[in-house]
Amino acid sequence: MTRTGWRILGAAALALGLMQPVGAAGENLKVGMITTLSGGGAGLGIDVRDGFLLAVKQAEAPIEVVIEDDQRKPDIAVQLADKLIQSDKVDVMTGIIFSNLAMAVIPSAVAQGKIYLSPNAGPSQLAGAGCHPNYFNVAWQNDNLHEAAGAYANSAGHTNTFILAPNYPAGQDALTGFKRFYEGELAGELYTALGQTDYAAEIAQIRASGADSVFFFLPGGMGISFLKQYADSGVDMPVIGPAFSFDQGILQAVGDAALGVRNTSQWSGDLDNPVNAAFVESFEAEYGRLPSLYASQGFDTANLLISAMGKADIADLDAFRAALKEADFDSTRGAFRFNTNQHPVQDIYVREVIRDGDVFTNRIVATALRERGDAYAAECPME
Amino acid sequence: MSGVLLLEQLLNGVQFGVMLFLMAAGLTLVFGVMGLINLAHGSLYMVGAFAAAAVSAATGSFLLGLGAALAAAAAAGALIEVAVIRRLYARDHLDQVLATFALILIFSEGTRWLFGSFPLFLDVPGWLAGPVALPLGIDYPKYRLAVIAVGLAVAAGLFWLIAGTRLGVQIRAGEADREMIAALGVDITRLYTLVFALGAALAGLAGALVGAIQSVQVGMGEPVLILAFVVIVIGGIGSIRGAFVGALLVGLTDTLGRVLLPLAMVHVVGPQAAATAGSAVASMAIYILMALVLVFRPAGLFGKV
Repeated sequence: MTRTGWRILGAAALALGLMQPVGAAGENLKVGMITTLSGGGAGLGIDVRDGFLLAVKQAEAPIEVVIEDDQRKPDIAVQLADKLIQSDKVDVMTGIIFSNLAMAVIPSAVAQGKIYLSPNAGPSQLAGAGCHPNYFNVAWQNDNLHEAAGAYANSAGHTNTFILAPNYPAGQDALTGFKRFYEGELAGELYTALGQTDYAAEIAQIRASGADSVFFFLPGGMGISFLKQYADSGVDMPVIGPAFSFDQGILQAVGDAALGVRNTSQWSGDLDNPVNAAFVESFEAEYGRLPSLYASQGFDTANLLISAMGKADIADLDAFRAALKEADFDSTRGAFRFNTNQHPVQDIYVREVIRDGDVFTNRIVATALRERGDAYAAECPME
Repeated sequence: MSGVLLLEQLLNGVQFGVMLFLMAAGLTLVFGVMGLINLAHGSLYMVGAFAAAAVSAATGSFLLGLGAALAAAAAAGALIEVAVIRRLYARDHLDQVLATFALILIFSEGTRWLFGSFPLFLDVPGWLAGPVALPLGIDYPKYRLAVIAVGLAVAAGLFWLIAGTRLGVQIRAGEADREMIAALGVDITRLYTLVFALGAALAGLAGALVGAIQSVQVGMGEPVLILAFVVIVIGGIGSIRGAFVGALLVGLTDTLGRVLLPLAMVHVVGPQAAATAGSAVASMAIYILMALVLVFRPAGLFGKV
């Protein structure tokens, strides 16, 4: 390399060095976010990330966020967690979308003294005997939305529901959650293959079963496929599902087939409180799309963290945990508090899919469960 | 279970099989003629679905979308053949697997970059929406009947192409002896590009047809690719007829297995466990079928040893 070449390189290095915010590193709180940003399910991680970053930006909070993509693979999530803890030395972790990844990362991270704030996954193991003082769930326990669907099926007068879900732990939890509140008969109970995209055989069985309604939990692309094929089959009994198959990212891909479907959620864009109205407006202005429930969960997670930072220093872990547990922040969901197992106690609503101009979205039609905690809190030894 | 329901499930199985045939035909041609394992075949399926969704949304016409799917997948196929695949024919299968796996990643992230991470909307056209009443009181979706018809037409066209045209003679000759056909003066380079683009177009057609009743999203091709490999292993690698029979066998086994096995398990383990155990066994059914075929016909049903 020539003399001038070295000089340019030197100048560039110096310039890059100057760009680092001087002295800020020591005061910033460092958040490690492991979430799904590529592969199937990337839409969920992107919404959580964008919601989280929006809250940090609005509060101008001294938070540095290190974002990593787990590709929905547990082994990669574990490697990333090790990197964030050992080399980036983060104070707080968050971001994981899927329960199997959560179970691979969270128990070890909280055992190493890190605070973990879950913006989505809520596996029953971490809500019951496996609860931990460093673990806070800001979304829901996995069973919650399915329980609400069961309660709604009763109030809608359904007495013979056909239920189906994929054959994996969250699918089995979903049907268990539904049956916990549902009081009618079951016209049929089906487990499908995970990742299945053709439901012709299942829909023919539903048609032949004499059911009066259908409950399904098929997240992501599986739900899109099921709804389109169901609408095309001419079977017209009412469908109920958790919000995961009706979030803002998915509805546009389902189109008319989802119109009128009732789904259960702890959040909705039309939830009437000033925090939520401001959130929906600013999210749309920032990213050019409507927020989903995942975005609201990311937003709430960041605001919970910011509220605790105002009360305690992360160096004093006990005080910081106590500050988190107060949940003294304005949630997009309205009333929000933590149960003894540090999972939410919140209202869960029934939404209906509507078309607003060109855009498919949800509006609230009823409240399914009020101040619902979860079925596992009693097994948690914390107070 | 009533006979009518069983008949409806048979139709579902045939429809699934016909769709698998469109995928497997290209895969088996490419393997038979060029000796290439192409893992990126599922990406071409995805390209077809995305092209159909984008063009249908822009023009409002499903048929234009189908045309775009064929064109885009064939073009993408020809492009990767010329740019990458051509260099792999002489290499061993491990190199081919590695390079075509890299193509999957490039296609997936490229598609995400162009279209974003959220699934796209592609619906069945109005004139094919809803069910049609068949004899015996079966209400069957019109669109699925149309898919069966298109698939059978494509199969007939392919048989004619292979058995009755000059291109077909060259393809069959290429399968039998690569060096000799080149020595006879056939432009083997062009023939390979043509066969690859044909296979890609079929995958794109399958992607577009299926995209209308499923979800058009990044990574949609890989699960189908695995089934397509099972089909060509059962049918015998390189055989179009084998791919057709194999696809129908896999389609029927998978659909009927999903319906009948949980019902059969009820008598063995009781209703509670049958739902989970039955669906677990059903997802293995096609692999058990493949293993059985390989035990009795190691080269597949129509394969040459």
